[in-house]
Amino acid sequence: MTDENFNKQYDLAPHSRGRRTKSVIFYLLLLTAIGVSFTGLLSLIIEIGREGLPWLSWHFLTEFPSRFTEKAGMKSAIMGTVWVISFTALIIIPVGIGAAFYLEEYAKKNLLSKIIEINISNLAGVPSIVYGLLGLSVFVYYMGLGRSVLAGALTLSLLVLPIVIVVSREAIRTVPESHKQAAYALGANRFQVVYKVILPQAIPGIMTGTILALSRAIGEAAPMIAISALVYLTFVPTNPLDRFSVMPIQIFNWISRPQDGFRGLAAAGIIVLLITLLAMNALAIYIRNRTQIRSEE
Amino acid sequence: MPNNEAVLSVRDLSVYYGEFRAIKNISLSFQANKVTALIGPSGCGKSTLLRCLNRMNDLIPQAKVEGEVVYSQQDIYDPLVDPAQVRLHIGMVFQKPNPFPKSIFDNVAFGLKINGLTENIEDSVEKSLRSAALWDEVKDRLNESAMTLSGGQQQRLCIARTLAVEPEIILMDEPASALDPIGTLAIESLMRDLTERYTIVVVTHNMQQAARVSDETAFLMMDEDRAGYLVESGKTDNIFQNPQDERTEAYITGRFG
Repeated sequence: MTDENFNKQYDLAPHSRGRRTKSVIFYLLLLTAIGVSFTGLLSLIIEIGREGLPWLSWHFLTEFPSRFTEKAGMKSAIMGTVWVISFTALIIIPVGIGAAFYLEEYAKKNLLSKIIEINISNLAGVPSIVYGLLGLSVFVYYMGLGRSVLAGALTLSLLVLPIVIVVSREAIRTVPESHKQAAYALGANRFQVVYKVILPQAIPGIMTGTILALSRAIGEAAPMIAISALVYLTFVPTNPLDRFSVMPIQIFNWISRPQDGFRGLAAAGIIVLLITLLAMNALAIYIRNRTQIRSEE
Repeated sequence: MPNNEAVLSVRDLSVYYGEFRAIKNISLSFQANKVTALIGPSGCGKSTLLRCLNRMNDLIPQAKVEGEVVYSQQDIYDPLVDPAQVRLHIGMVFQKPNPFPKSIFDNVAFGLKINGLTENIEDSVEKSLRSAALWDEVKDRLNESAMTLSGGQQQRLCIARTLAVEPEIILMDEPASALDPIGTLAIESLMRDLTERYTIVVVTHNMQQAARVSDETAFLMMDEDRAGYLVESGKTDNIFQNPQDERTEAYITGRFG
């Protein structure tokens, strides 16, 4: 009997050649897809590097724009970005986190909160130029802020707030119900539960989302051109009501000039912008990974 | 210290979740410095009843409570009563150990800190950990994360955390059901010790456990409309050895449930 069992033989070879061929073709298709997107990105980076690297220097970072290409730098754009993004962060962190906590922990689940929720998701998909025009009419003209750092920061805040709110809500939702219950059972009120239990656990997620939102804001050109107009600034803002330029505006400005040298300057500007964005995204990923490891301990 | 005064009374209590009535017309008293066990088949509303006793049901959006829960001569559902204050006097230990992702010390100190009881906080933490029979195991690593403890240790930490705010009554919702036999034994003997200073109400699925740890037992069942009701209550010995109601006898002898 055991012999009979032992001598049984099943066909373990692949069913047919056709099936194998299909699988290989599918694999090649996938490889092509990734190849096309990767090659596109790579050629972009190589081209920009080739054009921009010769122009990249300390001088490029510390000089104001100039109509002489060899003298030109992007100091006003870099400092303008720092100003605008700092104010954007000051606005979106409290407002975004506040809105997220309201929706998750305070709002009654009814029709109104559902409408607000759907609206927030939709706002994330509105083209950025629309926010630019809104900011132009509301902040620049109606509120009389002028083409200022503050008007720019408020516009960018509107643009990225949906991202911050959505990401913060997800971070809040990951805090286990059992931890909230434990705190309530110890006599905590709702504010204490939010402040002492949920916030400490949600903060890494909220920070990651906020950094990603800010890096999106740094790269926005269209709404900033609407607010600031294409300007040639040779000063750094000294208060929130000063005029400003930002990196994407400066790049756009250089690209639109006919002389060859400015193309190199634009490429150099793109390199600076790309490095800033990559650094911010890396920071976001670092924070996320570090907290993941910690929560698995 | 032992006396036979009721510290907590439930009068004609019904609880609704939306349209659904989870328990109906329950009246029951809990004696000071005793362990009262709530037993009954799954879905009969034991946990619902327990969670009403310190207003934890308030956290469920659609829950509605009718009737009275009287503690220190007040109905805790009176609009003038702050549920957070109720929970300070009537603490709760949950089914699954749920320590905060903080250090062992900070877990026990949490309730003290949020209630502004920060005087002699180290003494209070030590005292609570001793009362929960956990001090010797953790005294050298109070700053380590509570997540490094075993399940049974985590549950005793949750008990220590509850004891720290010095409640009068402790509600326990199947506190040993997620633990192994050794952890269960530790929790059970702890419950006996705690009756010196506290009143305990415990929900349990395990009838041997109810028989071992409780002084009083209340048996609940589910009606045809799925609403839980009280069948009988009394001294644990009487309920287990000499039940007055045949349904109680049938349940205790394992004929259903």
